[in-house]
Amino acid sequence: MQATARYRVAIIGAGPAGFYAAEALLRSAQSVSVDMFERLPVPYGLVRFGVAPDHPKLKQVTKAFDRIARMDNFRFFGGIEIGTTLSIGALRDCYHAVTFASGAPISRLLDVPGEQLSGSYPAADFVAWYNGHPELRHHAFDFSGERAVIIGHGNVALDVARILAKTPDELKHTDIAAHALEALAESCVREIYVVGRRGPEQTRFAAKELEEFAELADCDPRAELDGFALPAPDAYLDAEAQAVFATLRSFSKSLNTRRRRCIFRFGLAPLAIIGDGRVQRMRFRRLDHDESAEVAIDCDLVFSSIGRLTAPISGLPYDEARGVHANSGGRITTDGAALPGLYVCGWSKRGPQGTIGTNRACSVETVDHVLADLPELCEPPLHPDSLLGGGAGRIPHYVDYEGWERIDAEEVARGAAKGKPREKLVALDEMFAAAGGGTARRPRARSA
Amino acid sequence: MPYVVTDLCNGCRYTECVSVCPVECFHVDDQMTYIDPENCIDCGGCVPVCPVGAIKASHHLPLDKLEWIEINRRRAAETPVLTGRLAPLPGADERKRAILQR
Repeated sequence: MQATARYRVAIIGAGPAGFYAAEALLRSAQSVSVDMFERLPVPYGLVRFGVAPDHPKLKQVTKAFDRIARMDNFRFFGGIEIGTTLSIGALRDCYHAVTFASGAPISRLLDVPGEQLSGSYPAADFVAWYNGHPELRHHAFDFSGERAVIIGHGNVALDVARILAKTPDELKHTDIAAHALEALAESCVREIYVVGRRGPEQTRFAAKELEEFAELADCDPRAELDGFALPAPDAYLDAEAQAVFATLRSFSKSLNTRRRRCIFRFGLAPLAIIGDGRVQRMRFRRLDHDESAEVAIDCDLVFSSIGRLTAPISGLPYDEARGVHANSGGRITTDGAALPGLYVCGWSKRGPQGTIGTNRACSVETVDHVLADLPELCEPPLHPDSLLGGGAGRIPHYVDYEGWERIDAEEVARGAAKGKPREKLVALDEMFAAAGGGTARRPRARSA
Repeated sequence: MPYVVTDLCNGCRYTECVSVCPVECFHVDDQMTYIDPENCIDCGGCVPVCPVGAIKASHHLPLDKLEWIEINRRRAAETPVLTGRLAPLPGADERKRAILQR
């Protein structure tokens, strides 16, 4: 819809936090229009590029995002990167407020020797690859070895382990990227270690996702609980932690009858990745009883999944300790003082935690601040339409929501032929071509 | 395998669940909330935020709570969607303390 609202707000990032912020703004009693800018031509952020392909039900949340995109006074601009294609300054000249919902795309490093060896990767790269992220599609993971080690005890580690553990038959009717299905079908991986520093009652696994390992077609889960058989007597475990612990105990008694094994190990702190040119072994320090003891696991692949950071943006204060844009309840701050008109929500506000819906409450909190501040904020000198349509400093091409719907239809049609819910387009050129229409063409090079 | 609000909610109705539901599948009446099984996407985000532990995965329900699967389905169809939090019912905090001490 044409923006004729009293206030204009730009949202940077089309993941869950961005959509929920848009919804809260558009539902408010204030007259607000929202322009959402997304670096890629396609929306949904980590729902498209993070949520595992074998969790299709979770992806139904996109229906809620589509409903928000259809609200009056909402516009989508895909394929525009803020900070390169379009400067923050140019954006601020056109909007009363700018809200960053740009996520946490940088993987935390293990910071151990050997991390740069071939065969050692951030888990997030593998996730983005099997989910068809355009920037990872040419990445080549080598599955010719038999053992993989995953560092971290959160749900991303479970996703990586499960995708490595599943057979082609278990994956072929999902929306996994075609290149990933092909490469994983040839995988020689037989043993998958999921290793963490803490004990089995202190993981960040969701019980429900851990339980899925009991139902794999060709992989037995196994938990090595030596020294961890019982939780500490003074430990308070909430219901979720109790359920996780019970499931791990059941895994400690399981038999090995299938071709693959997924082995959960605890109390191991990474010391080094060893290898001559490529990963051959990983060394750990035992944290459970004898701190001087070391453990080595022979392996060919290492995936680290120990957290993510928001990418710093030039001109925006950054909280180094937390790895997010410095903020107070969603107002971007410098030395504790709010910077008028700049806001943040989602993972770039609070770090990489919670379920999809956690972002809803998070964005509502931020938007409450935006709405309270709007009457006091400076009137922007320019209208956003001055950014569009080519010319000096203008954005020549982008994908609007109708363009995304054409990409979506193309993907669904390509998937139907293979019994998949969709076959994702993985090349930017293909996305822009499928988006078609007058507004959606490949943007100029970033230097433009 | 949707999630289900059980009778533990009845009388508290904190509605923390509503603020974290990504798909607005919570419905409400004067006593408690209900999950629409057609819209629930099984994310489980509501389970840990319930102050009294009233929400369960349907496949984890004890036998004496199984009827709540059907009650959620029926009442969700009969009651309005709740899109934001409500104040808890009077006496909710005392009730919560009693439940947590069991």
